[in-house]
Order: sequence, then C-alpha cells, then structure tokens
Amino acid sequence: MNVTTDRQDERLQSREGLRGAITDVVERARGGDLGVIPVVVGLIVIWTVLQILNPIFLSSANLVNLTMESAAVGIIALGIVCVLLVGQIDLSVGSVSGLSGAVLAVLFVSQGLPVWLAIGASVIMGAVIGWVYAQLFNRFGVPSFVITLAGLLAFLGLQLYVLGSKGSINLPFDSGLVNFAQLDFVPDWLSYCFAVIAAAALFASGFFHARERRRAGLSAKSLSTLVARSVALLVVLAFVVWYLGQTRGVGWMFVFFVALVLIMHYLLSRTKWGRAVYAVGGNVEAARRAGINVKAIYTSVFVLCSTFAAVGGILAAARLAAANQSSGSGDVNLNAIAAAVIGGTSLFGGRGTAFGALLGIIVIQSISSGLTLLNLDSSIRFVVTGVVLLLAVVVDSVARKSRTSHGRA
Amino acid sequence: MSPTSSKRTANQRSDSVLSLRGISKTFGAVAALTGIDLDVAAGQVVAVVGDNGAGKSTLVKILSGVHPPDSGTITFGSREVEIPTPAAAHKLGIATVFQDLALCENLNVIQNLFLGQEVRPLRLNDVAMETRSWELLRQLSAKIPSVRVPVASLSGGQRQTVAIARSLLGDPKVIILDEPTAALGVAQTAEVLNLVERLRENGLGVIMISHNMADVKAVADTVAVLRLGRNNGVFDVSEVSAEDIIAAITGATDNVVSQRQSRRKEGSTS
Repeated sequence: MNVTTDRQDERLQSREGLRGAITDVVERARGGDLGVIPVVVGLIVIWTVLQILNPIFLSSANLVNLTMESAAVGIIALGIVCVLLVGQIDLSVGSVSGLSGAVLAVLFVSQGLPVWLAIGASVIMGAVIGWVYAQLFNRFGVPSFVITLAGLLAFLGLQLYVLGSKGSINLPFDSGLVNFAQLDFVPDWLSYCFAVIAAAALFASGFFHARERRRAGLSAKSLSTLVARSVALLVVLAFVVWYLGQTRGVGWMFVFFVALVLIMHYLLSRTKWGRAVYAVGGNVEAARRAGINVKAIYTSVFVLCSTFAAVGGILAAARLAAANQSSGSGDVNLNAIAAAVIGGTSLFGGRGTAFGALLGIIVIQSISSGLTLLNLDSSIRFVVTGVVLLLAVVVDSVARKSRTSHGRA
Repeated sequence: MSPTSSKRTANQRSDSVLSLRGISKTFGAVAALTGIDLDVAAGQVVAVVGDNGAGKSTLVKILSGVHPPDSGTITFGSREVEIPTPAAAHKLGIATVFQDLALCENLNVIQNLFLGQEVRPLRLNDVAMETRSWELLRQLSAKIPSVRVPVASLSGGQRQTVAIARSLLGDPKVIILDEPTAALGVAQTAEVLNLVERLRENGLGVIMISHNMADVKAVADTVAVLRLGRNNGVFDVSEVSAEDIIAAITGATDNVVSQRQSRRKEGSTS
C-alpha cells in the first residue's frame, strides 16, 4: 500500500474513510479537545428545558425573533473573540456600542445627515476608539483591563452628553436602516439558495483541498467524508430555513451577522494575520522573535473589536428604532463577553474560533428569550446567565486539564 | 594557567564559514567580552564552554544580532559583515535556537515552523507548508508522529527538534544552539545529540553552547573555552580530557571540580 508522507510513522493508527473520521472526532473529544460539543450539548439542554416550561419557545416565530435579537450583540461578541485570542480584554464594548448608536441618532435625526454618512461616522469613531486603546496599550504598557474599564465609564458619559437632556432619540420607522433591522427578510427561495451554496462551497473547498493534498502525497479526507459533511450541512440549513420560513423567515440582519462570522473565520484560520493573532495569544515573546510585528497585531485587534462594537451598537439602535441613555448599558457588555467564552474562546488567549461567537450568542439569547417568555424578572435572567457563564468556564477548565493529561493542551 | 600543549594557533582556517576576530563588548563598566576569536567551519561542531558570566550568552547575542559588538570583525564566508539586527543574522544565514525555544504551545508543528514566514499570506498554503515540514523533519530523522498536533503535546526533545527544524527553514550556513540539552532527560539528550551530528553531516557549521562536558565530548569537534570574557584556549576534542577543559574553564588545575573528584577517589579506595 502506498503510504502518504504524513502517515509513515508506525505509531500512528490509520483510520480511513467516513468511519475513521467519526472515530477521530470521538477520540479527540475524549482527550478534552471538545471543540463546539459542549456548547451544542448545552444548547440542546437549554432548549429542551425552556420548551418544556413554555411550548411557545421553540415556535418558529420565537426563533425568528431570537435570530434577530442575536445579531447585534453577536457582532460585538465577534470582536471580543478577537481580543480574547490575543489574551487581552475589552470591557468597554457596551459603552462604545451605546455611544455609536447615540452618535448615529444625533447625526441622522438631529443633524439630518444622510444615513450612510451617519453610519460611516459611527463606525469610524469605533475604529478610532480602538486605535487609541491600542496606542495606550502599546506605548505605555497599561493593562487592557484598566484602559477599557476607563473607556467603559468615559464613553458612557460621552453617550449621555451626546444624547443631551432629552436622553432619547427615535429613528424614523421608514428609514432603510430600521427596515433592515426589523422588517427585511430574505425571500424563501433565496434562503434555500444560500443553504445550497453553503453546502456546495463546503464540498468544493474540501474537495479541492483534498485533491491538492493527495497530489502532494499527503493523507486527505475521503470523498465519502466530504459528501457526508456537506449533505449534513445542507440538511441542517434547509431545515432551519424551512422552519423559520413558517413565519417570517431569515432576517437580512442575521445573514449579515453570519457573513461577518464567515469572514472572520477565514481571516483567523487562513491568513498570515490570523496565525499571528493566535501566536501572540499563545506566546508573545515567541511571536516577536518569529518576526511578527506584535504591536501592529494588538492595534489591529483592538481596532477590530471597537469597530464591531460600533456596528453592533448601530444595529441595536436600528432594531429598537431609537437610541437612548440605556442603549449598550446593563448586560450588553457581559452578554458579549459571555457569548465569546461560552462559544469556547479561552480567557487566557490563543484558543477560540469565530463560530464560537455565533453559537455563544445563540445560547445567551435563548436563555434571555426563554426567561422573558416565562414572564420572569430580569433579576432571575441575570442569575441564570451568570450560572451558565460559570458553567461554560468550568467546562473549559476541565477540558483543559483533560487536554493536558492526554497531551493535547 | 592555560594549557598551551593542545592549544591551537588562532590563524584563520581556510575553510571557515564564520570567523570572529578581536570581538569586544562592554556593558557600562563591565567588559563582557574582550578580544574574542572564534572560527567555525562547514561541517564542524564547535562547543563554546565557560563558567557562569564567562560571556557565552553575550557571544550568542552578538552572533544572532541582538547586541552589536563594540569592536572586532566578523567574517562570514569571505566577506566582512556586520550583524545589527536579528533579521540581518537571519538573512546572512546564521540561525539561532535560544534556550527557551520560543515556540507557541497552542499552535501545531507546521504553524510553529512557518510562524512569521507563512507561504501565501492571504490564502495560506497548508499543503506546501506541510510538505516542507515533513522534508525538514525527515532531514533531521526526527521522531515526530504527526505535524498536526499542538506543540504542547510534544516532549522536550521533540520541541527542541521543532525549534532546530524551524531554524533550518531559511537554509542557514551556521546554526547556534544555546544549551540545547539543558532541560532534557537522558534519552532526549541523546536524540538532540544525534540531531547535532546530522546537522554536521548536512554541512552546517554548528556552534553549541553547553555546560555539559559529556555532551561536548560526545559531539563537538572543537571546544572553545571562555573565561571572564576572554579566550582561554581552543582544543581539539579528540586530544583533550574533560579535566583539561574544566581546568581551562575554572582557570586552574587545582579547582573545586578536581578536588571533589580526588576526594571521591580517595573515599572509594580507602
């Protein structure tokens, strides 16, 4: 038999085809490399419990709502994933999102600027805030925890100042932005097209990658694995589209969020910049000696996080059709950070994925939506969210121990 | 003091890749290195030994471009060169494996090998990088079962292998190993020593900083002894005993190490 270059060591157990791929996944999970398994299991448990408590929970209408509610905080969580990957933290994302919503409302409604200009200004403001954080961090070596804690307070103040004495500005309902966040849904046929395109793209990229690997004499995923993976994705996506389509369907805002997740996933896993981000989170000194411009990486990550926070703030304001003093305050900060952590991003840097933000925010929003349906007070919602966050961190810690003992840390 | 019987004349060998002449470096009032000469030929392992504070690390830093020397000349190939930055050292073909290896534990072997010099930055070419990784590891006869596991799961010897393989990526002429066996067990040390021999077979000049006489005797061709920032003899390993090297390191034939050994001998005979 012709043995591929990466399979020549006799200590390696050879696993072929679809069955081998499944065995690999099981083995990895036993070794503590859980990936997305805990969050998926957690989601199933939470959904089951909430569905038993209130049969409306898993209804199509409520799930559509859930996806729409997820987008804004989910985008903020995406930025948090990036800063956590380099082993830093941004505690001010809530304030920045609130400020961004306020700036948008003031420019768009009070000053009467075109909406795209107001959006652009808010997003640029977010990027500038991140850049300032990065300068403080790189030049003076102040811990990001303290910088962003100061930012949390300062930008909350700025938000109140910008909003003025009225304290609340309504966005006109007929504007495209509010439409986008509340009423724009993808037509059914297009949603199905998206599902088919996603499955086909997954298959194509896997197929060409496998072909390239075989040509180079390396082991590759078998055709059956690739087909099974794509078919599974197609079935899941088609079911989601069909079920959400029973009522309003898939919102454009959610599609926008998923697109951002996909872009970030590509950037983190397939580019030199992404490698550098993981390297800085794993071992800063090693990254520096490998010739990576560590300061530039920190800057890019802080800018990205604040920018995502600003975008999230704009969408939150659009969804509410208003910017007020409580925009971005309260649990937005913690929800975004909790979503990233629940999605498997390590608080210590160097571990996590963009998809974690998507899965994490769905868990957080499920709890929030389920408890709201039960007419429970927000006090209980906070407690439950806190417990789930703690649970996620505990699972992560246990998995890390298991990884160490299985030599996969 | 310094044994002159086996001391080599410091005239430049015709085949040397890297020669240092009269290298000096001071930090404030401290003269870390004074008039150091060192020659490395292709396919030769030069061990640099010395006590703590003898200037070994400073010498490594000068060669790897971390500190520029205050005076003296560095000849690489047949040209006189300057090494102002680590990048310059890399460009010349001097690769350094530092004692702490500087690997990212959360990244896998391929990602570590190509860190900072990935193939195709905007759409990483994993296939090319994996193929090249295997080539490098095969070249070192490395015993690493899979290159897709995170470095955290590798043993100390395997990590040293990865660090050395990474330094080979830029096709260097000279490779500097700073205490490559310091943190390793017996078997892993043997593995790394095999690796050093393989580097020599591949025609590289190797400078090995070491504290361990057994390792030095095992793989080095030449031993250069530093003492208080000065050359204190260059020996041919085949012609010198470990005691002589220790004598040169400590600067006296009657030293702590020899006293201890003679005490033990007396103890065992009586």
